[in-house]
Amino acid sequence: MGIDIALIGNPGCGLTTLFNQMTGGSVHTGHFSTPGNKTKEGPVKNHKDVNVIELPGTYSLSAYSIDDVATREILLRGKPDVIVNVIDATGFERNLYLTLQLMELELPMVLALNMMDEMENNQIDIDLQKLSQELTIPVIPIAASKNRGTHDLIHYALQAAREHHVPQKIDFCSGHVHTAIHTVSHLIAEDAKKAELPLRFCCTKIVEGDEPTLEALRLGDPELDIIDHLIEDMQNHLGTDRESAMADMRYAFIEKLCKKVLSRPVQSTKEHARSVRMDRILTHRIFAIPIFLCIMLLVFYFTFGSLGTWLSDLLSAGIDKCVEAISYALLGAGVNPAFHSLVIDGICAGVGSVLSFLPIIAVLFFFLSILEDSGYMPRVAFVMDKLLRKLGLSGRSIVPMLIGFGCSVPAIMATRSLPSKRDRSLTMALIPFMSCSAKLPIYAMFTAAFFTDHKALVMIGLYVTGIIVAIVCALAFKGTLFRGDPVPFVLVLPPYRIPAMKSVALRMWENVKGFIKKAFTVIFVATIVIWFLQSFDTGFNMVSSSDTSILADIGKIAAPIFAPLGFGDWRAATALITGMSAKEAVVSTLAVLTGAADGASLSAMLTQVFTPLSAFAFLVFCLLYMPCVATLATIRREMGGWRYAFGVMLFQCVVAWIVSFIVFHVGGLFL
Amino acid sequence: MTLDKLQPGKKGYIVSVGGEGALRRRLLDLGLTPKTIVLVRKVAPLGDPIEIFLRGYELTLRREEAARIEVAEVH
Repeated sequence: MGIDIALIGNPGCGLTTLFNQMTGGSVHTGHFSTPGNKTKEGPVKNHKDVNVIELPGTYSLSAYSIDDVATREILLRGKPDVIVNVIDATGFERNLYLTLQLMELELPMVLALNMMDEMENNQIDIDLQKLSQELTIPVIPIAASKNRGTHDLIHYALQAAREHHVPQKIDFCSGHVHTAIHTVSHLIAEDAKKAELPLRFCCTKIVEGDEPTLEALRLGDPELDIIDHLIEDMQNHLGTDRESAMADMRYAFIEKLCKKVLSRPVQSTKEHARSVRMDRILTHRIFAIPIFLCIMLLVFYFTFGSLGTWLSDLLSAGIDKCVEAISYALLGAGVNPAFHSLVIDGICAGVGSVLSFLPIIAVLFFFLSILEDSGYMPRVAFVMDKLLRKLGLSGRSIVPMLIGFGCSVPAIMATRSLPSKRDRSLTMALIPFMSCSAKLPIYAMFTAAFFTDHKALVMIGLYVTGIIVAIVCALAFKGTLFRGDPVPFVLVLPPYRIPAMKSVALRMWENVKGFIKKAFTVIFVATIVIWFLQSFDTGFNMVSSSDTSILADIGKIAAPIFAPLGFGDWRAATALITGMSAKEAVVSTLAVLTGAADGASLSAMLTQVFTPLSAFAFLVFCLLYMPCVATLATIRREMGGWRYAFGVMLFQCVVAWIVSFIVFHVGGLFL
Repeated sequence: MTLDKLQPGKKGYIVSVGGEGALRRRLLDLGLTPKTIVLVRKVAPLGDPIEIFLRGYELTLRREEAARIEVAEVH
C-alpha cells in the first residue's frame, strides 16, 4: 500500500512551492483530487508509492468558504496517512492556530516550519526542540523556495506515517472550558466512534458550536439537552460566549508557546518592513488605482504589443516553412489530391493557424502567475473593493476576474475561495466577459487583416468593451436576479514575495500544455470535420468550390441570424458554430473555409468576407458570445447542474447579439 | 469606541467582537480575540475597506465589519 502525505497550511504559507519541490512538478489524478476540486496530487520524487496531496489553504477547520469545506472533508473522511502542516514561521501565531486544530484529528503529523531563511536573515531563533516537545510532534525547518529541508521533511513524514506517530493530547484549555470539553467527551465517545470521527476534534468543535459536527454525530435529544446546559453554564461562568472562549484559549496557548520558543517576537521582519514600504506606494491613497491600471496595461502591452507578437510571428514563420515542406513531400510521394488537400488545407491550415498563437498565451500566463505569486492580487482586491461593491460584488471577485483574462476555466475554479454562493454565481456569470486568451487568435487575425494601423486601439477597445458589458450586466443583476445582502470582506494581505520562478514556469507550462493538447485534439478533429463538410456536397461528391458543400448548407441556415449584425456570410456563421467547441476554432475554421495557406493570403481572403465595420462587429460578438464547452462544463460542475450553465450560455449569446447589433448600426452612422 | 473609528496610525486593544455566525468566527479564527493589540495601518483609496496590523500580519476588512469590533485606544 502506498503512503499519502497531505500538505496543509494557511493560504500563502508556501504549499504550492513545497508541493512542486516534492514532486518535481508532476501532477496526477488520484482519489483525493476529484474533478472540480482544487486539491492537487502527485508522486513524490525518488520515493516509490508515496503520494503528496496539496489541500486548498485554510486558516481554520471551521467551514467558511467552499475551499475550507473541501479541506476539512478530505482530512476527516479521506484520512491521509500523515499530515504535513506547513507553517509560515514569519506569521507564527496565526499559523499555529490551525496546527492546534489539526492535532486533534488523531492522524500522524509533522510540522514543517517554512521561510526559515527569512527567520535566520532577521536573527530570530526558534527553539525547535522545545517546540517539538511542547507540541509532541516532529518539527522540521525548511525553506521551500530554496529547496532546503525538503529531503528531511519527507523522511520524517514517512517515519511518522509508518510508526503511526499521532500527536499526544495537549491541554490548551483550562478551567470551565476544560471541564466542558471533558464532559462532552464522555457524552459523545460512542457517537464519534460510530460516525468514524476523531473524538477530540468533535469535542472542541461541539463546545465551539460547530453545526456540521453536530449534524454528523446524529446526537439524540437528551444528549443535545445536556450539551446545551453545559455550554450555558460555561458561558455564564466565563462571561463570554463559546466561540470567543475557544478562540481565546487557543491564542492564549499560542502566545505562551511563542514566549517559550522564540528568541524575540516576530512582530516585524526585514521582509515585512519592505512589504509595508512597498504598500506605501502600491496601495497609496492617490496612486494605487493608476498604478494598478498601468500594471495591467504593461502586461497587455508586453503580451500583445511587443514580446508576445514578436515570438508569435517567429513561430508562425516556422510553421509556414514546415507546412511547405510537408506539402512538397506529399506531392513528391504522389499522394491522392484529396488527401493532400486534407493534410494541407485542412489539418495544417487549421491547427497551424491556432498553434502560432502559443507564445502570446505563454507570455500572458507568465505575467498573471507573477501577479498572483507576488502577493499583489489581494492588494488589488483591497483597492478595488469599494468599486466592486457598487456592482454587488466584493474585492475578492477581482482575482478570479483577472485570471479570466488568461482562461475562464481556472478563473471559475478560483471563485471557490469566495464565501457566498451569490457572489460565486454572479462572478461566474461575468468571468466569460473578461476576454480570455483563446479569443486572442481571433482578434490578432482580424486586426492583421483590417486594422493594421490601429492594432493596439482595437485590442484595448475589445477588452474594455468586455469589461463595460460585465459592469452593465452586474448592475442589472444586482437589483434583480442576484438580490441579496453584501457579503463581508475579510482578507489577509500577505507580505510581498519574489515569485519562485519554478512555480511560475510550471504554471505557464501547465497552461501551454493544455493549449497544445487542445490544438491537437479538439481543434484537430474540428478541422478534419470541417474540411470534410466543406469538401463534399450532400451527395458525397467532392466539390470544386465550397459554396455548394454540406457546410455551406448548414452555414446558410444560421447565417440569417447574423445578417442584422453585418456578417451574414455563411462562412462567418460556420466559424461561430465551431467556435463553441473552443474559441480558437473560429480562426482555424475561417482559415480552412477561405482556403488560405498562410497568414498573408488569409488577410486578403477575409477582406472579401467582411468590411472593417462588420469585422469589428464580428469581433465584439466573438468577445461576448457563449463561453467554450470546457468553461460551460466547469460552470456546471461548480454549480452542480446544467441549468445554470445553460442560463449563462443563453444570456451571453443574447447579450452578444444585442451589443454587436448596436456596434454595427451605431458604427454605420459614423463611417 | 469601535475599530472603524480608530484613526490610521493609532493603536488599540480589542474589547469584544460583536456580530454573529460565520464572519464572527472567521474574525476570531484570524486572531481578533479580546486584549489583542491592533494597529490601523491605512484606509483604502476609496475610503473603504481599512487595513489593520495584528499578530504580525496585515488584514483588511470593511468599515461595516470593523464597526462591530469594540476597541479601547492605547496611547
